[in-house]
Amino acid sequence: MSKLRVAALQPGDELPAQIHKPDNVQLFFYNAALWNAHRIHYDLPYATDVEGYPGLVIAGPLLGDWLGQCVEAWLGEAGELVNLEYSNRGAAYIGETLTAAGAVEAVDAAKGEVTLALHIRNEAGDIITPGRALVRLHG
Amino acid sequence: MGVLTPELLANIGKAAPPRTEVVTRRDIRKYAIATNQRQRKYLDGDEAPPLYHVALFWDVVELGELTPDGVSIDALLPKFPLDKAMAGGLNITYHDRMRPGDVLVGERTLTDIYEKEGRSGPLIFYEVVLEVRRQDGSPVITEKTTRILR
Repeated sequence: MSKLRVAALQPGDELPAQIHKPDNVQLFFYNAALWNAHRIHYDLPYATDVEGYPGLVIAGPLLGDWLGQCVEAWLGEAGELVNLEYSNRGAAYIGETLTAAGAVEAVDAAKGEVTLALHIRNEAGDIITPGRALVRLHG
Repeated sequence: MGVLTPELLANIGKAAPPRTEVVTRRDIRKYAIATNQRQRKYLDGDEAPPLYHVALFWDVVELGELTPDGVSIDALLPKFPLDKAMAGGLNITYHDRMRPGDVLVGERTLTDIYEKEGRSGPLIFYEVVLEVRRQDGSPVITEKTTRILR
């Protein structure tokens, strides 16, 4: 991929989407890395019978990480992430295929800054985690 | 008529004791693998991914400190009159990157509590800011968490 230049970017330009299909092992590793023992992430009878979820719940900040990955894969070494915000609006479950994607929302050529609209979408097409990032390009 | 009492609102500004943590290559690698990371510099642990601080500053609690659902109680928060957690959000500003060997200090402050009227009753919002700095005080990450209770 050729290096991004702020002058060549315009609102609507899309970031390459990234697909994630987390399984029990990945979710176990993630919660172990955090030291997060919330049962909804690994105790299926608890998640379904007690909390009423349809399955094991993907941890919210993992979805935020995927937004960050989507931005950095597009950005490469052309600049740096300045700000990332996201909101966990809906839950995602083990077995679902989730897509992290985004597009250029605004370009401030004078500052070299680009605002990106981001989202995690589930298989049903719902945006479960909307987000936004600000990146600063070197050139 | 609101659900937030003056006693609850008096918790705004409360800070948790600062915590000092060391960034290690091993922990970065574990985090990168667990998040399905694709960039080699993160998988090799040469640098930490942007959301790595979430793992670094997650509370390390003992088994007896967990509630029956496996959650640790956040001592920074008062007992709210609403307790069903709804959406949460993060807003993270990056001042510097994290690398193996970094010694980072995290300090959490409860910066706001407010309420809004939702469709099915009152909602409580609260905000916690995590400031991550180096030991010389230079900023690395400023993270604001917003949570909603109903």
